[in-house]
Amino acid sequence: MKRVRVNPITCEGHGLCAELLPERIQLDEWGFPIVDPEPVTGEAARNAARAVEACPTLALLLESDS
Amino acid sequence: MSAPDLTGPPRLPRLLAGVTSAEGPSTLDEHLAVYGQVPPAGAIDLPALAEASGLRGLGGAGFPTATKLRAVASQRGRPLVVANGAEGEPISGKDKVLVRYLPHLVLDGAAAAAQALGAREAIVAVSRADREGLDALSAAIAERGGGLDKRVRLRTVAVPDGFVGGEETALVQFLNRGVAKPTFTPPLPFERGVGRAPTLVQNVETLAQLALIARFGPEWFRAVGTAEEPGSALVTISGSVAEPGVYEVALGTPLRELVAQAGGVTEPVRAFLVGGFFGSWLGEREAADASLLEADLRPRGARLGARAIVVLPTSACGICETARAMRYLAASSAGQCGPCVHGLDAIAGSFERLAAQQGRDEPKQLGRWIAQARGRGACRHPDGAVAFATSALRVFAREAELHLRGRCEGQRRVLPIPALGAEAGR
Repeated sequence: MKRVRVNPITCEGHGLCAELLPERIQLDEWGFPIVDPEPVTGEAARNAARAVEACPTLALLLESDS
Repeated sequence: MSAPDLTGPPRLPRLLAGVTSAEGPSTLDEHLAVYGQVPPAGAIDLPALAEASGLRGLGGAGFPTATKLRAVASQRGRPLVVANGAEGEPISGKDKVLVRYLPHLVLDGAAAAAQALGAREAIVAVSRADREGLDALSAAIAERGGGLDKRVRLRTVAVPDGFVGGEETALVQFLNRGVAKPTFTPPLPFERGVGRAPTLVQNVETLAQLALIARFGPEWFRAVGTAEEPGSALVTISGSVAEPGVYEVALGTPLRELVAQAGGVTEPVRAFLVGGFFGSWLGEREAADASLLEADLRPRGARLGARAIVVLPTSACGICETARAMRYLAASSAGQCGPCVHGLDAIAGSFERLAAQQGRDEPKQLGRWIAQARGRGACRHPDGAVAFATSALRVFAREAELHLRGRCEGQRRVLPIPALGAEAGR
């Protein structure tokens, strides 16, 4: 199972992730992501991978359950 | 050797039994006369003793000590021990009391944990504002010479004072890089901590209790407290009581007994703040029959946490006091995580408007911001702050309603809020 997680220290609130992965990410009123910890599968997993790559500060992580 | 009597009825104080003078620390001789020596590392199995005693971390999080010891021991590389006496919580004084009066007991525990793990170094971290504590520890380390702690080097480190600086990962990062701010996890300190070594970070009271368990065993430890939450603990009580201070009580002691020990209340009570600024408000009535146990407080929506309690009198307003504390918590953010920086500032601002009777839909706004902030920082700072805010809205719902209609019931300020802007690590 893969889940999206954000490193809140490196995140600067660019907000690209919410555009690329609206299934799991919303922005708060200051532009910082609110991440739904539900696992991503199928298209959401592909969108998640794209969002991770697009993050300018590399703050978005796709983590596998160990 | 006058060890506490193992066969007689359990008596308190146990941990504080070695306080010989109100003036300052016990000497090594006085210390050994009261508690005796810790058995040599080869003669005891410290993780097993910790497990059998049911000891949990006394810094506030309550993590089982045996699990932490074993987690560090299971890692590769020579571990290191950090005794955390930073105590950034403004309404808690227990750790400062321990290092000031019983530095040898803290050092005993740090050295015993280090020996059990094969660590060669144990660092005691104390707030740099706590000169007395640092002096007491330095003098105690000099007094021990090194003969007592075989192959374990003890030293003190002065850390920036501030609410977040005592957080485990912040402490480790300060020791590594001089920056007292939390880090993103994993790795946790037990995996990779000071100098990348597996690091046991334990609160100083936990280590002091461990030093007694190493001597007198789990059954002795369990002679007070309950089966689930055994032992005694240090509690800091302040606010409208006659004799505020640090008391040692058995876990499970009724709150009203603690209040009585502290000389009783000095005026009618509105509420209790339980568990520090990270804790929760409890209304006077719902706290009336409460006990100092997580199991008793949890259903009431509170946590014992680091066992710091403030008695709020009816002459003070819960909303106004919460507004002041929330501003302090917002200002204490390490400033690293957007949701904490903006969320806590918004929540504090909302409480301030409510307190100033300029609020309109504040309770609704607060509900949204509180729900949003939870779990979104690298550390638990925002979580603790919103738990506190949530309890305020619940316990002071009537006061909030009065404020919306332009009325406030109490002007007194009771919570000790440190000066803002003097926060550590920035």
